[in-house]
Amino acid sequence: MAGNLDMKDSKPKTRATKIGSVFATAFFVLLCALIIFPVFAGLLASFRPGTELIRRGLAINLDVSTMTLDNYKYLFGKNADSVKYFMWYKNSLIITLLSVALTLIVCYFVAYGLSMYNYKLKNFLFFLVIATMMVPFEILMLPMYKEMIKIHLIDTYAGVIIPGICGASTIFFFKQYMQGLPKELLDAARIDGCTEYGIAVKIMLPITKPAFAAMGILCAMGSWNAILWPLLVLKGAEKFTLPIGLNTLLTPYGNNYDVLIAGSMFGILPIFIIFLIFQKYIIDGMTVGAVKG
Amino acid sequence: MKGFRKFLYSQKTAPYVFVLPFILSFAIFWIYPLFSAIIMSFQDIGAISADWIGFANYQKLLKDKVFHTAMLNSAEYMLGTLLLLIPFPLLFAVLMDSRLVKAKGVWKALLYLPALTSVVISGTLFRLMFTEYPTGQMNVLTQMLGLGTFKWLKIKTTSMAALLIVCCWRWTGVNMLYFLSGLKAIDVSLYEAADIDGANGLQKFKFITIPLIKPTTIYVLTISIYAGLAMFLESYMLWAGNSSPNNIGLTIVGYLYKRGIEKNDMGYACAVGVVLMIIALTINVVQLVANGTFKSDKED
Repeated sequence: MAGNLDMKDSKPKTRATKIGSVFATAFFVLLCALIIFPVFAGLLASFRPGTELIRRGLAINLDVSTMTLDNYKYLFGKNADSVKYFMWYKNSLIITLLSVALTLIVCYFVAYGLSMYNYKLKNFLFFLVIATMMVPFEILMLPMYKEMIKIHLIDTYAGVIIPGICGASTIFFFKQYMQGLPKELLDAARIDGCTEYGIAVKIMLPITKPAFAAMGILCAMGSWNAILWPLLVLKGAEKFTLPIGLNTLLTPYGNNYDVLIAGSMFGILPIFIIFLIFQKYIIDGMTVGAVKG
Repeated sequence: MKGFRKFLYSQKTAPYVFVLPFILSFAIFWIYPLFSAIIMSFQDIGAISADWIGFANYQKLLKDKVFHTAMLNSAEYMLGTLLLLIPFPLLFAVLMDSRLVKAKGVWKALLYLPALTSVVISGTLFRLMFTEYPTGQMNVLTQMLGLGTFKWLKIKTTSMAALLIVCCWRWTGVNMLYFLSGLKAIDVSLYEAADIDGANGLQKFKFITIPLIKPTTIYVLTISIYAGLAMFLESYMLWAGNSSPNNIGLTIVGYLYKRGIEKNDMGYACAVGVVLMIIALTINVVQLVANGTFKSDKED
């Protein structure tokens, strides 16, 4: 670890280091408090009637006596809103699972083709991967929307999922990871009579597992939270994903804020749990592009 | 048949088979929409037919006051994010990387929390905090500081502040993690050598950390320019829809969405998109050239 501000290990801990340590740690405690603040305020608000949010806005209110579980009881109860909410939840789960699975499989093979062989077009193809990162998606979304109508993928899960499968950053990450793997394995397997495709599936895939974990989580986060493209593609309320569904509850009359606030908090949960479990991989995954430059 | 099988399984063919999905996806979901966008920007697109109108859309854009407002908003927002989301996360990362901080894992995880939260959720929370009622959190805060209350989302300055606060909230942790991984790649012996030469913390930061973390800085700068210019959802959620008083929250992509989806004027919206693309590419190419990215031969 590169220590920039600290003393060397060999030196005994001085008073100054200890004080510095207290201040440095306190700084991050404060920063984290600021970061958690809105979510914490939202969590507190989810135990109060939604009408209060409309009338008063959102603020930290620690008064326990006015808190109730009503919003959550309603959210998990048997009523039209609850049915709708969990339908969106289910749709989001399906779309997230499918797109993560497809993205990982496809991007693995593409990256494999871009890093395990030497051929003329290799660098050009990789350049194209990078080029797709250079144009913001927002510019392409209108023609893509028209294209989806033309090929009848509008208002389908396929229309939401397919355009995102060949994600440039996922391909990029897999490629970076594979560059560190020994290519001698390939030749050894070829001598043993393995086919090119057999090598990719049976030999290289198992040793690429950590990359799958890292990219899987990042894809899941992206897919679970995606808004813009699903908002354009999905038309019927029965196909909405959770963010799109929650967005429809934002009416000026605010008659749905009970479900909105409790549903929002419950909607963060799955991705937060996954994050806590796989935290280490996420940080590896998201930072690969930053180091190699 | 046997010949085809042999061809398919040969070492020459295999890489192309592997890369095929990307080539298809590239053609269908990148080249095609990109060229459609450019072509459509020269057209007046109706329900049935599309008429070629040359540069008329672009001429209209030159005079379109709302578009100018949107451009200005996006530019201000982008500059704000660059000023706030590069130096501070870098300093935080340096501090986090020192041995002074205890329980690092906890802070890193918590700082990442906003990135896990959908913009729909975080945008709603912030909109409710930026309410104009004196009981909203931001007004509670400003009252505590003796500044009185603000109609946050109805005034230009406070609106931009609100957008930047949301952006800082979402990305400080992520950018800090980028810088942190960049710091890990710096050779520790350089700092040790500097210690022997009697360099102080500030000198080490200036002469070792800043130059050696440059690849990461350029990466963060590049993605921040794109993200800043293409910002839309944050504004969409803060104003609960795509309209804000006097367009104070309108961005370039917001205007593209308004024209293309809400008003169904695809040709004009595509012209907005093409202008955005040209601006974003130009700024980034200039920035990358100025930073000498293209000079050094990148290792494969």
